[in-house]
Amino acid sequence: MSVRQSLLAILSEGSQYGYQLRHEFEVRTGRTWPINIGQVYTTLNRLVRDGLVEEAERGEDGSVNYRLTYSGREEVERWWGTPVDRQAPNRDEVAIKVALAATAPGVDAFAVIHRQKAETLRVLQGYTKEKRSLPDPVQGDALARQLVLDHLIFVAEAEARWLDLVEQRLRAR
Amino acid sequence: MSVEARSTEPAALPDRRPVLLSLNDAARVHGEGTAVPVRALNGVSLEVRVGELVAVMGPSGSGKSTLLHLAGGLDTPTSGDVVVDGVSIAGLSVKARAALRRRSVGYVFQDLNLVPALTAAENVMLPRELDGVGTRQARLEAREALREVGVEDLFDRFPEEMSGGQQQRVAIARALVGPRRLVLADEPTGALDSLTGEAIMKVLRARVDEGAAGLLVTHDAQHAAWADRVVFLRDGKMVESAAGSRIS
Ligand SMILES: Nc1ncnc2c1ncn2[C@@H]1O[C@H](COP(=O)(O)OP(=O)(O)OP(=O)(O)O)[C@@H](O)[C@H]1O
Ligand SMILES: [Mg+2]
Repeated sequence: MSVRQSLLAILSEGSQYGYQLRHEFEVRTGRTWPINIGQVYTTLNRLVRDGLVEEAERGEDGSVNYRLTYSGREEVERWWGTPVDRQAPNRDEVAIKVALAATAPGVDAFAVIHRQKAETLRVLQGYTKEKRSLPDPVQGDALARQLVLDHLIFVAEAEARWLDLVEQRLRAR
Repeated sequence: MSVEARSTEPAALPDRRPVLLSLNDAARVHGEGTAVPVRALNGVSLEVRVGELVAVMGPSGSGKSTLLHLAGGLDTPTSGDVVVDGVSIAGLSVKARAALRRRSVGYVFQDLNLVPALTAAENVMLPRELDGVGTRQARLEAREALREVGVEDLFDRFPEEMSGGQQQRVAIARALVGPRRLVLADEPTGALDSLTGEAIMKVLRARVDEGAAGLLVTHDAQHAAWADRVVFLRDGKMVESAAGSRIS
């Protein structure tokens, strides 16, 4: 879903070839989520099928330049204009594992929590280290990476905090 | 930068940086000999070297502030030993401890502890003037320290005329002013928004990278992640140490 919407949003800034779209998506999201070119073309084909994207022109080598249709433009407006749906939570392996560990016979839930927290902090340290290495002031492509890193840091922080709370709850039982 | 240089060293090499702070089986019991003694800290051993920032995490009441008080010579252990910059604090007189604190330790208190009757600048100048630095020089240093934490414009304000976060930054400036080599910070980012908190961590980290040693108490994993190591306290004991890999 997010790749589809992102490609539409990028196309709303002007027509693009498939390989350009892929490059643009990666750079503008801080190279955090690489996508393969096959995924880009599959998505584009669906968007064409759904009438949101059309061929603008075809190069001599057969490569296609894509542009948004009127409905595609409306779809982009709708995306910017509505919040991302958070109703159905992602299935999070850490949450599932810890919840199960809390009641699983013969499993040391505290050990599971401690190992997970060490891992979460290790990852957090890595993000922080990368953030410290960004140019100061942050410019150009690095801004996207900084924003995404900030997000990853907050998510990891929330997980660490939650693991603390779980430990306190289990100790209070 | 020394941090870069370190990253090329194999991890197995012994760490040759001087130890600036060490706690050796340090304990602090309140009301020893009474019916209900409180073991605020219970046999903690820890070393912090020059160039190293160590974060201390743990639930409320686990002994984090107690640990910092001992490290800063504000309090003495009831057993075990604390060595700051080569000096064992257990045997020091109150006066000698105060001198050691002034000379070597920059402290950010959990409750900030700014002197209400002094302006921001005067609060920051105070430890330097006690060190024997002249007023002119102390003022220059205070301005620079306040600038570093982004509150230069509060120079002539009194604590009661500042927001909580502003007072916090002045307290940090006071801890960082001068050549203090051991920086102890108890929840220094507590009242700060994310961006200001990050700016404070940058300042702390830079000071440590320039040759200080730091001990940082925090509840925020994202601030602990600026440290080289994280130690966890529970019920006065060190229970684990994570993210042990040195940041390179
Ligand atoms: N002067 C004192 N007399 C008696 N008990 C004390 C004294 N100072 C601290 N304690 C106790 O020692 C324990 C550790 O306190 P400490 O202030 O070190 O906790 P902390 O980890 O810093 O907690 P917080 O996150 O709430 O700041 C607590 O149980 C506290 O009540
Ligand atoms: Mg405390």
